[in-house]
Amino acid sequence: MARAVSTRHKTIVTILAWSIGFLIFFPILWTVLTSFKTEAEAVASPPSFLNFSWTLENYTEVQSRSNYARHFYNSVVISVGSTLLGLLIAIPAAWSMAFVPTRRTKDILMWMLSTKMLPPVGVLIPIYLIFRDTGLLDSVPGLVVVLTLINLPIIVWMLYTYFKEIPGEILEAARMDGATLWSEIIHVLTPMAVPGIASTLLLNIILAWNEAFWTLNLTAANAAPLTAFIASYSSPEGLFYAKLSAASTMAIAPILIMGWFSQKQLVRGLTFGAVK
Amino acid sequence: MKNFVRALLGASALCAAMSPALAETLTIATVNNGDMIRMQKLTDDFKAKNPDIDLEWVTLEENVLRQKVTTDIATKGGQFDVMTIGTYEVPIWGKQGWLVSLNDLPASYDVDDLLPAIRGGLTVDGNLYAAPFYGESSMVMYRKDLMEKAGLEMPDAPTWDFIKEAAAKMTDKDAEIYGICLRGKAGWGENMAFLTAAANSFGAKWFDMDWKPQFDGEAWKNTLSFYVDMMNASGPPGASNNGFNENLALFQQGKCGMWIDATVAASFVTNPADSKVADQVGFALAPDNGLGKRGNWLWAWSLGIPAGSQKVDSAKKFVAWATSKDYLALVAEKEGWANVPPGTRTSLYENPEYAKIPFAKMTIDSINAADPTKPTVDEVPYTGVQFVAIPEFQGLGTAVGQQFSAALAGTTSVDEALANAQNLATREMTKAGYIK
Repeated sequence: MARAVSTRHKTIVTILAWSIGFLIFFPILWTVLTSFKTEAEAVASPPSFLNFSWTLENYTEVQSRSNYARHFYNSVVISVGSTLLGLLIAIPAAWSMAFVPTRRTKDILMWMLSTKMLPPVGVLIPIYLIFRDTGLLDSVPGLVVVLTLINLPIIVWMLYTYFKEIPGEILEAARMDGATLWSEIIHVLTPMAVPGIASTLLLNIILAWNEAFWTLNLTAANAAPLTAFIASYSSPEGLFYAKLSAASTMAIAPILIMGWFSQKQLVRGLTFGAVK
Repeated sequence: MKNFVRALLGASALCAAMSPALAETLTIATVNNGDMIRMQKLTDDFKAKNPDIDLEWVTLEENVLRQKVTTDIATKGGQFDVMTIGTYEVPIWGKQGWLVSLNDLPASYDVDDLLPAIRGGLTVDGNLYAAPFYGESSMVMYRKDLMEKAGLEMPDAPTWDFIKEAAAKMTDKDAEIYGICLRGKAGWGENMAFLTAAANSFGAKWFDMDWKPQFDGEAWKNTLSFYVDMMNASGPPGASNNGFNENLALFQQGKCGMWIDATVAASFVTNPADSKVADQVGFALAPDNGLGKRGNWLWAWSLGIPAGSQKVDSAKKFVAWATSKDYLALVAEKEGWANVPPGTRTSLYENPEYAKIPFAKMTIDSINAADPTKPTVDEVPYTGVQFVAIPEFQGLGTAVGQQFSAALAGTTSVDEALANAQNLATREMTKAGYIK
């Protein structure tokens, strides 16, 4: 009897999990399907799910109108660059907070996190003026710097949480064996925290890839990433949903593929230390 | 020494020979709509005439573009050499000295050919600050077959009472046909564009001559009550979420009897590739109430040059090309007369070929029926037909739009929405220093 209940329970949970998964994935699936419709079919009521005449004309149009390769290149450089720079700063910072805490460590962590609560538009003008005066407007290095700073609190917090799970005694043992500070961080701490660092890296790349406020406001023609590419197909006066869907599919495809292949790593990192 | 001089001369000659090849690049910020995209495809013509000028396009959604170019021009960021801006921005930016005057365009440009209403909206203190790329007003688009079935005939210049009656008679909710589709989505450029223009024809106004808000007057109450009652009786469900695109989709699917919106929609609803009712669409002027003002707006997407640009001469050449008579002829030749950017030049409407386009006459009549310098029945201290050309209007218009959208959704009453709008506007205008 207990076994029967358990099987039924399992089936219900599985169906529920698949339903929720499908519900979350549905908007992406709908975007991809719409990208293969004509503009008229994209707004047809009732909408057709699979029974429509499939076309690649939206992709052809998007390809002929925009320089996808340049936007893609900018997205890769900005998201990977800002993540690596962020890790370079955050690993030593998180190490000191996790293993050499002071009375103010908790306050500093909270203060860092509080900067994420500020609406970005509140600092748009000062940052715009700084970028203008330093010649960083519409430049890839400028965006790398600004996205590093924006995501730094999250990187530090995530790494701090992972580092806290590592026993301090191991680092002490390394120190007893004569390890310097840097070799302790590079050769002992970092290899032990690889799952955490990897998931931080992946999550931050995704955050930087999707960041739209700063990447839209601080760029024009040269440094515009894929967020600007999508924005160029949105229009409040005209039904261009099929083209917008094609552009969106092209913009999200690389990050979806990356997420798909690294999901094991991501989940492992995100649940690191969750169960003791 | 001789060799050195020779080398120097040679290098100079090389530089001189190379200089025409070093093209100047103009960065142009523009919106994503059909006419602008078409222009991007036709720039080979400009390049052929100006081989020393390259064009770099930054195309963005309207609201994103507005935020971006406003930040850039206000901080003199200098990211753009040509900006696509509307009739809302031009008077404000022109007054601030943020735009380059276009009074010195060549005689061949024929500035006097620009439609007076459009030119007036882009001129500040006698200076033309932007050249119109396309102009639009609003008008009634209706289904001829449904009108006939209702036993009515649409006049060229209908009244609001006729529209209400026709909407009721055309509605068949069981068949998902709604007599009237209007904007309900909150936003200064969404429901407030329609409602502000409609309010003008009801004798309402945003402010009196002392900048005191007027939402507590009878005229605004009549406007909002009429709109909410008519939409509740004959509008589609969920109308408070509908903007231009949602109503366009409904009309093209044959679910609207009438739609009052931008004249630019005419080319979409009459296109058989996109519209199921393309051969059944008729046009009429926006309605009135016999008070001397019609409920139609006036807008022009125009090209302006920011004062911070280092390439003003090249930018002027581009602006003159894109808004010239020759460009209209080029579009007609390559894409047909129906795709020519409308509403900017008198000569276009005198062209017998263009006159054959079904919506051409109604578009020009609608544009001529709007006067941005005298938008309301009573005298007002502001310009702008469907907006008030002050910097505070974007925020205020959207806040008031949220109140009116809530009234349409039924989450608040008309009286409550108007009282809230009055309080909001009074607070904002006092804070901004308009009310002493």
